[in-house]
Amino acid sequence: MAGSPRGRRAGACYPEPGGGPVRLLAYLDNAATTPALPEVAQAMLGVLGAEEPAPAGAFANPSAVHRWGLAAAAAVAEARRAVAAMLGAAEDELIFTSGGTEANHLALLGLCRARRRRGRHLLTTAIEHRSVLAACDALAAEGWAVTRLPVSPQGLVSPEAVAAAVRPDTVLCSLAHVNNEIGAVQPVEAIAAALRRASGGAAALHVDGVQALGKLPTPYAAWGVDLASLSAHKIGGPKGSGALYVRRGVRLAPAVAGEQEAGLRPGTENVPGLVGFGAAARAAASAPPGARLRAQKLRFGAGLRARLPGLCANGPDPEDAAPHILNLCFCAVAPGVPAEVLLHALEAEGVACSAGSACSARHHEPSHVLAALGLAPERLAGSLRFSLGPRTSDAELDLALEAIPAALRRLADAIR
Amino acid sequence: MAAEPLLIGRYAEVALKGGNRPDFERALLRAARRQLPAGSDVELRGSRLLARLPQGVPVAAGTAALQRCFGLVTVQAGWRLPRPADLAAIAAEAVAVARRAAADGAASFKIAAQRADKTFPLTSPALNQELGAAVAAATGLRVDVHAPDVEVGVDVRDDAVYLWGGGLPGPGGLPTGTAGRALVLLSGGIDSPVAAYLAAKRGCLLSAAYFHTFPYTGDGTRQKVLDLARVLASYTGAVRLWVGQFTGVQLAVQAAVPEPLRTLVVRRLMLRLAEAFSRRDRAGALVTGDSLGQVASQTLESLAAVGEVATLPLLRPLVGADKTEIVALARRIGTYDISIRPFDDCCTLFAPRHPRTRPTREEVRQAEAALDLDALLAAAVAGSERLLVTPEGARPDPPGRQGAGPADGTAG
Repeated sequence: MAGSPRGRRAGACYPEPGGGPVRLLAYLDNAATTPALPEVAQAMLGVLGAEEPAPAGAFANPSAVHRWGLAAAAAVAEARRAVAAMLGAAEDELIFTSGGTEANHLALLGLCRARRRRGRHLLTTAIEHRSVLAACDALAAEGWAVTRLPVSPQGLVSPEAVAAAVRPDTVLCSLAHVNNEIGAVQPVEAIAAALRRASGGAAALHVDGVQALGKLPTPYAAWGVDLASLSAHKIGGPKGSGALYVRRGVRLAPAVAGEQEAGLRPGTENVPGLVGFGAAARAAASAPPGARLRAQKLRFGAGLRARLPGLCANGPDPEDAAPHILNLCFCAVAPGVPAEVLLHALEAEGVACSAGSACSARHHEPSHVLAALGLAPERLAGSLRFSLGPRTSDAELDLALEAIPAALRRLADAIR
Repeated sequence: MAAEPLLIGRYAEVALKGGNRPDFERALLRAARRQLPAGSDVELRGSRLLARLPQGVPVAAGTAALQRCFGLVTVQAGWRLPRPADLAAIAAEAVAVARRAAADGAASFKIAAQRADKTFPLTSPALNQELGAAVAAATGLRVDVHAPDVEVGVDVRDDAVYLWGGGLPGPGGLPTGTAGRALVLLSGGIDSPVAAYLAAKRGCLLSAAYFHTFPYTGDGTRQKVLDLARVLASYTGAVRLWVGQFTGVQLAVQAAVPEPLRTLVVRRLMLRLAEAFSRRDRAGALVTGDSLGQVASQTLESLAAVGEVATLPLLRPLVGADKTEIVALARRIGTYDISIRPFDDCCTLFAPRHPRTRPTREEVRQAEAALDLDALLAAAVAGSERLLVTPEGARPDPPGRQGAGPADGTAG
């Protein structure tokens, strides 16, 4: 059978247990991570120093004083420029990190600890990423008061609600520009303005831009955002590489000793990772994929709903959500079937997606994001997230549109 | 001549085996050779297992290996001083042993000397005194003949003088292979690997059966079971793991059996399949992790209704164990952290909301009779695969056409 992931023995329900790889036909889990862009891989190879017969020098330590070290430093600076440009920020306002999670921790813990004397209250939402929730819990243990603003059924928080929650001792407001599970897009510019008015400029704004970068315009500098977290591996860059934008004048308390990254992140820079990040940023800037992703997503969503009547979207209307994320409830199509079983059924057909975000999928609790939307319990248990990326092709989506109903038919025949 | 480092393993129950003792000793030797790093020189001498490690291998690696060798009750790091050796040389070694123990915190000692070679000029009591004086003078440790922190053992034999200080507990039990082969139903939970360990401890080679229900459970569960089998293999040598294709069986039960009886019927089918695998592996018994009363399928009535389908002996080593005891043992043997990985053993879809806790055998038999057993089991067996699992990993190990594996008794 053309397109079938692996052979079947007659009479077997499903492919042999664990034996051999299933061919990946449609990768629809790009919000978890993306495959690297070819130009990213090229750029990274160029600074690894693996050339034969002799390496050219681009692999040198950026802190070395010889010309090859200076060249490596220049490559890192070039990457920094490219990423900063996506926010409209200056190079010296960008700190490279090991990824979005570290950036989130640095932002929350660094800013709150630096401003401890001004106040001990911070604002966030009920639908933030686990890394932000974890940082908030750590601060709460240190005596901070944390207000988690509720969201609308579309997953949105209003500028008015933010302003109303500001107190004289509020030091920081942290929220994600794009939510990783449902794709809700917060009105960051309006929230920044409302926060500034309500706090008289005393409260800083941290935006988790990990899912927004490269999909939507992110002029955080112009919007008055103070801190923003970014990640390379969501836009075709390598894993292990991210950044924190820190507006000039905003001070963070460092966690460690050392010199690199303005004293906040000592240690030799991850040159290949940063160069890869830069290449990914340049690719996103030169050919912004937002419009294409949105069109693909809407076509995919409509096609799937046509083949599986009863499918409904969780959170924002797909037209309003981020261009690459689609969270669908299967409870009318496959009643009572847990999301993880749906995921494995699609997996057997070569389709990768997510039941809950990649981080919480292992925690066996229903998604806190879906729970915050006020959905009925059955909808919490039977939802899957599909997310597209810079290398998602139309052919891949067509394959998925056939494979997903097939997977559900097999499941339904079996369960009755 | 200088003393050379030596590992000493002591066994107890094996020595009681009378006419079968040579077989047990051979099995112990084989097991020790398998556990120790390649190139180790292992022999039995004077009712002890003696092992010399290859150059450069740390003693701790050797003692750790022997602490996983069933049959040994004590594992000691010792020294062998070749004869002829005068008293001064022996005393020097005894002092060295005592010093090492002192470095680990011992404050008191006692000498326990024996001489198997009766031509040695000093009697054992005299040796105790002479060596005791030497050690006390050289180390300043206090003599305590009743409850010393370290007992310095000295054994004068024809070929050499053996010395040691203190010892580590061995796992006890009987050497792997001396009991034959048992097949354990491995689920990935906490209990079944512990049950497998206890059967192995008494000398069983292990086969295992895991019932895979993809996509209702994912490959994460399968990986968990593989990793558990690897831990078990670190004690027994290779484990033969059957991965049964169980999805069809599970779905057939869902379709045809009343909800409160489903788990019981499923467990009967698992035992039937496990017996089919046992025949191919020439295993002589089945092992499960049942503990009396822990869950609905473990009441006396349930155990009876399920267990009756087994024609092989059905061993339940945990029948009298509390969960806390099982968890403690799981931590000790290294399976706990793997067992608690968050991958379900069984999909919640299949768990009855109100399972029958005191079934009659009749109703369970009737429920099972609604299924086409022969077809179901044949399909499950046809779709199953067998793997050979070692501490390093797993590889496919398809059974031969006749369904025979290598003869039992080999430590794998």
